[in-house]
Amino acid sequence: MKRSFFSLAVLGVVMAFLYGPVLLIFAYGFVPNGASMSFFGADGRFLGFSGKWYSLIFGGHHSVAPLMQSFWLSLRIAGLATVVSCVIGTTAALALHRFKSRLQSVHYALVYTPLVMPDILIGISLLMLFVACGVDCGFWTILVAHVTFCVSYVTMTLLARLQDFDDRLIESAYDLGAGPWYTFFKVELPLLLPGIVAGGLLAFTLSIDDVVITSFVNGAGTNTFPTFVSSMTKHSRNLPAVFALSTLMLCFTCALVGVSKALSRNPQNSKRKSK
Amino acid sequence: MADFLEFQGVTKRFGKTIAVNHASFGVKKGEFFSLLGPSGCGKTTLLRMLAGFERPDEGRICLDGKDITDLPPNKRSVNTVFQNYALFPHLSVFDNIAFGLKVAGRPKDEIESEVEKMLRLVQMEDRADHFPNQISGGQKQRVAIARALVNRPRVLLLDEPLAALDLKLRQRMLLELDLIHDEVGITFLYVTHDQGEAMSLSDRIAVMHAGVCEQIARPAEVYEAPKTSFVASFIGDTNFFDGVVSACPEPNYCRLSIGGFAEVLCYNDKQKAVGDRVNLSVRPEKFRISVDPPAGAAPRLNVLRAKVEDIIYSGNHTNYWVSVGERRVAIYQQHLAYLLDEKPIRWGDEVWLSWHADNGYMLDDSAPVDESLLPPKIPQNAAAAGEAK
Ligand SMILES: Nc1ncnc2c1ncn2[C@@H]1O[C@H](COP(=O)(O)OP(=O)(O)OP(=O)(O)O)[C@@H](O)[C@H]1O
Ligand SMILES: [Mg+2]
Repeated sequence: MKRSFFSLAVLGVVMAFLYGPVLLIFAYGFVPNGASMSFFGADGRFLGFSGKWYSLIFGGHHSVAPLMQSFWLSLRIAGLATVVSCVIGTTAALALHRFKSRLQSVHYALVYTPLVMPDILIGISLLMLFVACGVDCGFWTILVAHVTFCVSYVTMTLLARLQDFDDRLIESAYDLGAGPWYTFFKVELPLLLPGIVAGGLLAFTLSIDDVVITSFVNGAGTNTFPTFVSSMTKHSRNLPAVFALSTLMLCFTCALVGVSKALSRNPQNSKRKSK
Repeated sequence: MADFLEFQGVTKRFGKTIAVNHASFGVKKGEFFSLLGPSGCGKTTLLRMLAGFERPDEGRICLDGKDITDLPPNKRSVNTVFQNYALFPHLSVFDNIAFGLKVAGRPKDEIESEVEKMLRLVQMEDRADHFPNQISGGQKQRVAIARALVNRPRVLLLDEPLAALDLKLRQRMLLELDLIHDEVGITFLYVTHDQGEAMSLSDRIAVMHAGVCEQIARPAEVYEAPKTSFVASFIGDTNFFDGVVSACPEPNYCRLSIGGFAEVLCYNDKQKAVGDRVNLSVRPEKFRISVDPPAGAAPRLNVLRAKVEDIIYSGNHTNYWVSVGERRVAIYQQHLAYLLDEKPIRWGDEVWLSWHADNGYMLDDSAPVDESLLPPKIPQNAAAAGEAK
């Protein structure tokens, strides 16, 4: 195909909109002046790049302590929400797949709802539920809220995977004398692991950057990284530290995706390639 | 004495369909027993009940004197070779075969030596570390057999294990299966819809039709002495003659008058009396046709005049369709000598048709048989149908 100027221009605009902001964040993580947010001094002189925001973060400086606190909270919640929703989501998907009942479509709808419901609705209804139950909002309510919507994603991902799972493998495992648990851990789990990892990854990313639902159920004083950042004043002197942390988070997420890709590759495929 | 494996009045329904209807038979220890029947006749269902994947609605299944009807599949000492092999895709050939032994918690070195032995038996030693998607269909097949055999089951169940293979490979696997059976001496229960496979491998065959076992006998017996018109037409080709006994000239023989055909002599092992209706089956290769009248009139030989309607030459034999009265008869004639044994037979020739009275067999039923299972109609009809389109 011939490359026209037009298509190149479209490509350029799309790339700029997709990745420009990311590059900007990356660059502003090295800005020398947090108040003016500029690489240039008052006299127009280029001040160069500064690594001080990174050293603030890694040095545990008190001015970035609340930011770091919210960051660790986010990681803890995302990690826990991922594990819990993977366990619940996997069992739910297996049950939905195996036991076809007359209420099947109802069950599917129940799993599907959180995917299509507006976040704001989930947030409000969860808050009302917690208030009605007299629960103090905080870490646990955030976790429960995140698990609630993450489970749906894990379940749907895995149900799609189960569509091409050969149920006769389970029968042949039973036939060879294996009980249900042995079959689950030695046959089903290894074969479904790529699906579970994919669902878990989705859950993790959804949990770690959720603002809307979290802002309803976080209660006073408990902030996850996204809610903390969004509540920070536009002119906070430490904003570049947020950029630096975001850059770190981006690297971390990329690494996570890479690892999961490597994990979910089927052993037989990698073997074949090596031959 | 009760048989090694016994089905006692086993019935299985799926909603309104009766998949298996009162199956009662025994299989001897070490026997190669086949379930043969057309698609949907309940073979797989019967096998799955033995493996424990389906519960019979009625009846019991006993193995070596023990009732195993209610045992779960993992507690039965039977193993299955599934139709699509169902090998574990995430395990190597070695680990696939070792699966059952690992479940049983056998020591590591024992597992290794047992699996090695199996790999040698199925000639897959050099593929032990391959994964199922790296080996061919025939090799998967052999791994599936090894994976089941390594557990030393009392009965090995095989559900159409060769269906997915091409003809050449199927013939080779057939031989290998036979060798493996001789070597391990385990009872084989083999499901197939291919009469050739069943005939060549089995000690005995159960012919199934719509959930009912119509005949259980040795292959030769099933072929030569079919009990019902279904068995006669499903296994090999045959000619049916519906007639009435008109006379019993000597003990064990009777004369049949067949409408639109002729009066013929046939062996009367069913002790039919004058006036009884009889459904007679005569295999196409039991006839002789010749231009000259058959020499040396043998006793009890039926000899008729016939007109050749169609000839299909197929190398080692020729198929003829001849008409006698209003009936058409299919005949296979082998070429016993080089090129042509006798005077050549051509379309439209008047020929002599002969067969011995002993070579017809009376069936138990006179039920009309499935049209699609009858010998092929003469091509004239087919040509006419083709033109009509
Ligand atoms: N799980 C099931 N639910 C409902 N009907 C079933 C089920 N399994 C089998 N049947 C029905 O039972 C009958 C026998 O099926 P079965 O699978 O035993 O046939 P088969 O002889 O193995 O045929 P094939 O040669 O095609 O494999 C069929 O009519 C089939 O539709
Ligand atoms: Mg079947």
